[in-house]
Amino acid sequence: MFKIVKREEMAGGTVIMNEIEAPLIARKAQPGQFVILKATEEGERIPLTMADTDPDNGTITIIYMVVGKSTALFRDLKVGDVYMDVIGPLGAPTHLEKLGKVICIGGGTGVAVLHPITRGLKEVGNDVTCIIGARNKDLLILEDQMKAASNHLFVCTDDGSYGHHGFVTDILKDKLEKEDIKLVVGIGPVPMMKAVSNITRQYNVKTLVSLNPIMIDGTGMCGGCRVSVGGKTKFACVDGPEFDGHEVDFDELMMRLQAYREEEDHSCKIYGK
Amino acid sequence: MADEKKQQTKNEKIPRQPMPEQAPKVRARNFEEVPTGQSPETAMKEAARCIQCKNPACVTGCPVGVDIPGFIKHVQAGDFTKAISKIWEKNSLPAVCGRVCPQEIQCEGRCIVGKKGDPVAIGNLERFVADYERANKKAPMPEKQEKTGKRVAVVGSGPSGLTVAGDLLLKGHDVAIFEAFHKPGGVLVYGIPEFRLPKDIVFSEVAGLEKMGASIELNAVIGRTLSLDELFEEGYDAIYLGVGAGLPTFLNIPGENLIGVFSANEYLTRSNLMKAYKFPEYDTPIIKGRNVITLGAGNVAMDAARTALRLGAETSRIVYRRSREEVPARGAEVHHAEEEGVEFFYLTSPVKFFGNDKGRLQGMTGLKMELGEPDASGRRRPVPIKGSEFDLACDLAIIAVGAGANPLLTKSTKDLQLNKWGYIVTDEATGKTSKKGVWAGGDIVTGSATVILAMGAGRAAAESIHKYLALGW
Repeated sequence: MFKIVKREEMAGGTVIMNEIEAPLIARKAQPGQFVILKATEEGERIPLTMADTDPDNGTITIIYMVVGKSTALFRDLKVGDVYMDVIGPLGAPTHLEKLGKVICIGGGTGVAVLHPITRGLKEVGNDVTCIIGARNKDLLILEDQMKAASNHLFVCTDDGSYGHHGFVTDILKDKLEKEDIKLVVGIGPVPMMKAVSNITRQYNVKTLVSLNPIMIDGTGMCGGCRVSVGGKTKFACVDGPEFDGHEVDFDELMMRLQAYREEEDHSCKIYGK
Repeated sequence: MADEKKQQTKNEKIPRQPMPEQAPKVRARNFEEVPTGQSPETAMKEAARCIQCKNPACVTGCPVGVDIPGFIKHVQAGDFTKAISKIWEKNSLPAVCGRVCPQEIQCEGRCIVGKKGDPVAIGNLERFVADYERANKKAPMPEKQEKTGKRVAVVGSGPSGLTVAGDLLLKGHDVAIFEAFHKPGGVLVYGIPEFRLPKDIVFSEVAGLEKMGASIELNAVIGRTLSLDELFEEGYDAIYLGVGAGLPTFLNIPGENLIGVFSANEYLTRSNLMKAYKFPEYDTPIIKGRNVITLGAGNVAMDAARTALRLGAETSRIVYRRSREEVPARGAEVHHAEEEGVEFFYLTSPVKFFGNDKGRLQGMTGLKMELGEPDASGRRRPVPIKGSEFDLACDLAIIAVGAGANPLLTKSTKDLQLNKWGYIVTDEATGKTSKKGVWAGGDIVTGSATVILAMGAGRAAAESIHKYLALGW
């Protein structure tokens, strides 16, 4: 059993932060790694990349958007409630090295995944520019944390209610045009990661994306999370979750993410929340 | 010898007692166990067919050497409690083995009675005795030796891990079992379906080990959550690795990433471990195919094809590139699958999958084969017949052509010697690996094999671990 010690609602209640007691995982976890969580006996195993870890207090932090029944179940857990199962740390950690100027670009709850990676890249001596975005000001998360984790922060909103009026990719293009960028890390919804990768390809700048396909065990046993990278099949759970954005077949990933659309809608309806 | 002959003539009059089963049409639509079990009277009648050979060939066919005539003699006398104690001397999971062992190539395959007629139904008897004991709980727990103060970590809670744990507990060692999944049992739980091996049986075996003092750490991915060296740092004196093969094999043909193409591991894990067959009561969904193709013809393929029927498939087809003679599955599984309406396409090889514009599977192109010269395995190699491509419609395809070595643990343990396929190299007799204090057995050493072979490996390793704990490496 894994107790929730802290809980926060973000982005008008559509995004939830849970800090969870998991000392073994907190001790081991590195930026870029994920956990699998299951709330109840009947529950699904849901992979989520950790937004933060606190090895001293033995806790990990996850931030997720409520999108289906399983995340709705997670949302309804209060401080003091428990996740029945938390498994990790899983996946390969981000390779952190000093390269020079680096851009970390995040959209939606991808910003949460980006947080420890941004901090890690700064800690090893990179000059990190962070670009985060959301549809509007209310949906923006972790602005202060990302400011602290990076050297420069740019905020974008689609509707112009805060920061730059437009997409994160606008600022990215500008930076790529003017500066010598060594690495771009882009994490967010699949269409955003695809757009980021398409832009950086034009500038020939290495780009990492973090994928979150449908998964069961997270240990390379089922192959459900397979993605095509450079024409080869890779398992996101053990070969990833980070891959070279220029090599990922995003269209196939988007397609595979729709596999259980009908079932998910049905589950949501029954859960009725 | 003369006695055996006389006995044989007498017992020849008793036919092999059939195992009652759910009717094929009915059971093909539910997840209840297929054989429903025998009565004590039937079991005694079956036991009476055993001629109590002086040099029992059946025992030599058993990977863990159960005293088969010994336990059957007790069944003949109606003393089922003594019978279970006799089995337990060599086999800690008889309810499982009675159901899933390939008896026809092991004990029953060597049975002398079987030379002239049907062999004694040793598997059914083992199952009966184990089920009787589970229902009545009369047999004394095996005696545990005095505590040694030594601690052993068992990684993986499948058949080999459970066997090692049971043996070492009896010898007085402390045992902790580490399982990566959220439920114990390994392949017995995620792989083998409920209709072939009810999960309550596995959980009751595990509960028995806990009663004997084993601790079970779930959600512990050794190699990630903890390394082997960290286990030693935590004070474990020895480690047994029984992590299974656990790497799905794909076909590397076009269309394999379409929605509706599964590895057998994923399909069965969804259905068995996650209970997707009870969706939406359980939250994990599964694709319920209308026309289903399973590639491969081993036990796993039979399990997948039969699961598909139970999830409502109108057609469930096995596509296998060799012929009926080479089918590696247990005879009973093939027979059950055929009875339930699974169709078999022999000498057919998959060429590609194709789908619609939404990426959903619509069919598979197959290629007809003919048998050529024998290959390295001694089986005649299937050779493609030119121009014989044909399409089969399907909305679900399950790839069940074997498994490879999962590198998660072995890759993160530098001083563990592996062979060229990634399996752990061990001393054949003891299960010792190249890393001091570490043993391994089961599928991560041999590649995909059977439950009983994994148990046999566990038994040998437990013996060696016990010696090590007393005498050193």
